[in-house]
Amino acid sequence: MELERHSYDVVVVGAGGAGLRAAIEAHEAGARTAVVCKSLLGKAHTVMAEGGIAAAMANLYPEDNWRVHFRDTMRGGKMLNHWRMAQLHAQEAPDRVRELEDWGALFDRTADGLISQRDFGGHRYARLAHVGDRTGLELIRTLQQRTVALGIDVYMECTVTRLLTGPDGITGAFGYWRESGRFVAWQAPSVVLATGGIGKSYKVTSNSWEYTGDGHSLALQAGATLVNMEFVQFHPTGMVWPPSVRGILVTESVRGDGGILKNSAGNRFMFDYIPDFFRKETAETEAEADRWYDDKKNNRRPPELLPRDEVARAINSEVKAGRGTPHGGVFLDIASRRSAEYIRKRLPSMYHQFKELAEVDITAEPMEVGPTCHYVMGGVEVDPDTEAARVPGLFAAGEVAGGMHGSNRLGGNSLSDLLVFGRRAGAAAAAHASGRPRADLPDEALADAGRAALAPFEREGGENPYTVQHDLQQTMHDLVGIIRTRGEMEQALERIAALKERVANLSVEGHRQYNPGWHLALDLPHMLLVSECIARAALEREESRGGHTRDDFPATDAEWAKTNLICSRAPDGSVELRRQPLPQMPAELAEIFEEASA
Amino acid sequence: MSYQATFRVWRGDATGGDLQTFTVEVNEGEVVLDVIHRLQATQAGDLAVRWNCKAGKCGSCSAEINGRPRLMCMTRMSTFTETETVTVTPMRTFPVIRDLVTDVSYNYDKAAQIPAFTPRPRDADGNHRMQQIDVERSQEFRKCIECYLCQNTCHVIRDHEENKAAFAGPRFLIRLAELDMHPLDVVDRKHAAQDEFGLGYCNITKCCSEVCPEGIHLTDNGIIPLKERVVDRKFDPITFLGAKIRRRPKD
Repeated sequence: MELERHSYDVVVVGAGGAGLRAAIEAHEAGARTAVVCKSLLGKAHTVMAEGGIAAAMANLYPEDNWRVHFRDTMRGGKMLNHWRMAQLHAQEAPDRVRELEDWGALFDRTADGLISQRDFGGHRYARLAHVGDRTGLELIRTLQQRTVALGIDVYMECTVTRLLTGPDGITGAFGYWRESGRFVAWQAPSVVLATGGIGKSYKVTSNSWEYTGDGHSLALQAGATLVNMEFVQFHPTGMVWPPSVRGILVTESVRGDGGILKNSAGNRFMFDYIPDFFRKETAETEAEADRWYDDKKNNRRPPELLPRDEVARAINSEVKAGRGTPHGGVFLDIASRRSAEYIRKRLPSMYHQFKELAEVDITAEPMEVGPTCHYVMGGVEVDPDTEAARVPGLFAAGEVAGGMHGSNRLGGNSLSDLLVFGRRAGAAAAAHASGRPRADLPDEALADAGRAALAPFEREGGENPYTVQHDLQQTMHDLVGIIRTRGEMEQALERIAALKERVANLSVEGHRQYNPGWHLALDLPHMLLVSECIARAALEREESRGGHTRDDFPATDAEWAKTNLICSRAPDGSVELRRQPLPQMPAELAEIFEEASA
Repeated sequence: MSYQATFRVWRGDATGGDLQTFTVEVNEGEVVLDVIHRLQATQAGDLAVRWNCKAGKCGSCSAEINGRPRLMCMTRMSTFTETETVTVTPMRTFPVIRDLVTDVSYNYDKAAQIPAFTPRPRDADGNHRMQQIDVERSQEFRKCIECYLCQNTCHVIRDHEENKAAFAGPRFLIRLAELDMHPLDVVDRKHAAQDEFGLGYCNITKCCSEVCPEGIHLTDNGIIPLKERVVDRKFDPITFLGAKIRRRPKD
């Protein structure tokens, strides 16, 4: 078998914010480091992030600090977050933002010349460092330029299909160049997974084609565990019209900057959906909500800025009750509330997106929006301080890692997560590799990985991978979506089992050179494995919390509040599920919640 | 709402290829990339195309549509009549890998050659202070999504392979302008802009600005000011003298 071989201390899989930040840190720690990514450098899904990076820098509100950010994050996740991750995240995010400036990032400024911060759902103070509504682009370009300046090796348009392990843990990775279809193997004692999420398993999603759950699946197959896979975030505001753009993200900044949600009757319906859990901190009248933008001390947050899970469920209910827009969404209106100049200045890419794709002028008319699959809170179970998974030498950071966001992620906490835990994973991966010999990769394991990758070419007359992907997306959308019930999820699991058989029988046309059909055929097993984990965990958790809503168990449950669900791979290849107690928060942190409620 | 459109898509690789004709369904509100995806899913599973965000934010799906450099995800089918044939070809300035996918490594090579951003020290309290008005000039160029349509259009390198070594193209001239205007950066790249990145090759025909999907004024706000600064530096009598003295050969 023709095979290109390389040897590194640290191989980072994925070149979004977490991957690049990990690579920079590993490189600076002295590790020989490579980044492997499915797209061209600079195109990763981080580029799509719009609103900003949440960090308690207190540039606008001196009252803000890491404890407030920590509290907001934990409450947004309905207290299921790993407390230690939420603590590290809140403490370290400001430094991670400042260091981006040393690498060339240009954030919008306050009048004092500091980094400007904007309001977002679930955050008590204006906290998101931002550049208009293209913060993700700024983040990725800054990290990309830093990566290039440091001379880190980047394997672009290269897909990892397997992690290689020996008796002592990770030994390397195997993959193929998308351009030529030729195989590559990397020998490395440390691998950092930074592969992002799973959204492409859903029909309506804000995620790009890359989001096929590769990292989740690779980790599981290598013997690591996944935590709380049932929690999938549906962003409340995706585009709904025209059909071809359904799901494309409409940034939460629209609401942070003053936009409101209305149903077809013109009612600002979010006031009807304020849960008890957030009642004390949410405005009761439209007048109070409107005053809050300028006076946060004496007024409470508008209900449009409740955490995303609450807003998405509310929109879903309004549409189901027949109060939706002609195209099955609700109205998001900023036109009647802010000047055209302000909107164009603060939300330039939203203005452009609606103008070009929907022929809607958002400075003059409302947008139509509805929920879209956006983010998976569940992911690889890691040690909070080092991001080490349960396989020696394997690390995970960013969306592919679990625990940080509990049952629901707050907007803006993703970009900060990438930076904080990307850096920690890179440092720990470099430390793990230091002084460790690079193990030989056994020929048989490499040959086996090669055979598996080429199998779709060997079969004739099998099914088209695009059809199978479409059927999976429909299944997850219909049966494991925003509102779930036992019967539907059982049906989903049956369908996933049938889809697995179909995937084993895929065939692809053409040859190995830049062949998207073949690439999809190799991504599909990951998508199915991850979808099975989501459905199995969602079936097991008999309560509603954050990004997991059970129609048959609509309340939160005290016992489940203390329980994580862990997925692992059984020897026969099936997904094994077990309950695990939630890590106990130390008393000095628990006090933060008592102070606030007093 | 739906209709059958005629698409001609270039298919082939480095050794050659040709336009292949397809009849394909088009629905209301769709963009060219939707139709290319439908061809992949139903008629040509191995049709090679790059894409990611499908919302004009990542700059992956650049191609030439009826001869015009565009993002496929931002080109609405409603801009064509139902009977109009839509021809999609790969960017011409870069070598073809396969079908609509080109080898854009020229751009990554040029990016790596640009002297890195080098900031002044932070203020005593650990912050950098900059005024909004001062960051906005560079922010315009940082909107760049690296779709390379400007590079593809620029006549200095389109059909002139021989100029690629000496000319970095509009994308990287505005990167130099961005760094030059960056309030924190302390490195002078003006000589390099002229001598290493071929600023002088640009004769400001503004084709790059015309095709930029982000509406960046590459020429007016980036390249022309950079040219002016280079000229200022070159013909400033003191700088001129300084350069002369430094350049005296060692003997």
